[in-house]
Amino acid sequence: MNGEAALLLLADSRLPAGGHAHSGGVEEAVRRGAVTGTGDLARFLRGRLATAGLVTAALAAAACELAASETAAELWRRLDAEADARAASPAQREASRTQGRLLLRTARRLWPSAVLDTLARAVPEGPHHAVALGAAGASAGCAPRQAALTAAYTSVTGPATAAVRLLGLDPVTVHRLLADLAPAIEGAASAACASPGDAAGPTGWHALPGHSAPALDLLAEGHLTNPMKLFVS
Amino acid sequence: MGAHHDDLHDTAEPHGRALRLGIGGPVGSGKTALVAALCRSLGPSLRLGVVTNDIYTTEDADFLRRAGVIDPERILAVQTGCCPHTAIRDDIAANLDAVETLEERFGPLDLVIVESGGDNLTATFSRGLADRQIFVLDVSGGDKVPRKGGPGVTSADLLVVNKTDLAPMVGADLTVMSRDAAAVRDGRPVLFTSIREDKGAHAVAEWVTHMVGAWQHEHGEPHHHAAQQAPAS
Repeated sequence: MNGEAALLLLADSRLPAGGHAHSGGVEEAVRRGAVTGTGDLARFLRGRLATAGLVTAALAAAACELAASETAAELWRRLDAEADARAASPAQREASRTQGRLLLRTARRLWPSAVLDTLARAVPEGPHHAVALGAAGASAGCAPRQAALTAAYTSVTGPATAAVRLLGLDPVTVHRLLADLAPAIEGAASAACASPGDAAGPTGWHALPGHSAPALDLLAEGHLTNPMKLFVS
Repeated sequence: MGAHHDDLHDTAEPHGRALRLGIGGPVGSGKTALVAALCRSLGPSLRLGVVTNDIYTTEDADFLRRAGVIDPERILAVQTGCCPHTAIRDDIAANLDAVETLEERFGPLDLVIVESGGDNLTATFSRGLADRQIFVLDVSGGDKVPRKGGPGVTSADLLVVNKTDLAPMVGADLTVMSRDAAAVRDGRPVLFTSIREDKGAHAVAEWVTHMVGAWQHEHGEPHHHAAQQAPAS
């Protein structure tokens, strides 16, 4: 399969695109006592993957698909608006755009392309992370499913690492949680790419998954009130 | 200094932008005090911006704002997700974003100071983020610290040894520190300061002024940068 090495680069936590400073709600969950150890964390990650993970995977796949055929700024703005509509919390939207902006700036130097230039011009404040991820994936040579897989994977690996840092958890135990989630990560990527043919394009965007996660929304908003926060989100 | 060794700094697009100065060093050595002192000394003659990388949110940024040495809007705080060294060395995306945000909002600027979070002796700035860097030690950490070396002590463009007023109280021998630092720094300068007594850190400010002058001589006067410009290829 083409794009495998590019996929590894894109999904690597060492990709210098600012992801290390985001906890995906874990820091606030820890502050509120909702995540105290590996048991809580396992449930948190499973829930995050089934909601935010699936939604961002579908958006990333759609962006990757779009990047393969289209460079019209208007379509990028529309897809970005679809991502906006699927994030209820303003704090979460802001964090997603920050991550998207940073990923885009890094991707433009790694895999320069007209598509990424168009996306940067279309959404100057920074596209949503999933949209930037899909476009970056396409520019790197990844297929939509690979972009979706990356989105699903990073939706749980970032928070897991944050929990290790915040709670001093055994990193091997936490990685075991991720290993156990591997089938679910692949399942989310498959579900994200389930729409056949034309439905994968702009006419089918309205039907992209929109699973909400009210707890994650509340955690994202609560995080802003934490005067001692270590992570951006 | 500088003239006898190759300039290895490979920051993208050096032409027509501010000199980016990193200030790093261990916790409590006086990094924020030095930033405040430089703002005091250089504010009247140079157009400044400051980026802080706090352990906790905006501690250092708030200190600088209260000190009243610079327009508070010209200070941006970056969160580092428990890993201050990552944000200045391995994944500099958020810091670059902050630097460029300041340049877009207030540019052209002559000097952007990036203060690292307090870290250890191995933490240095990426050349992709800082054009020049200062490493700050203090005498109360012990007069053996320069001998221990580490990339900060050995490779920073300027080593500052602060809190010399405390030397008699902590039994630190400044001649030993000076001799040991010289032995590992290959001719690069070392300055001894007591910012408590010299609120403008004038010797350091003079060095920075010299660096800014040399930078502009080589790369031209800073001019305004438009948002979202294409990165250097």
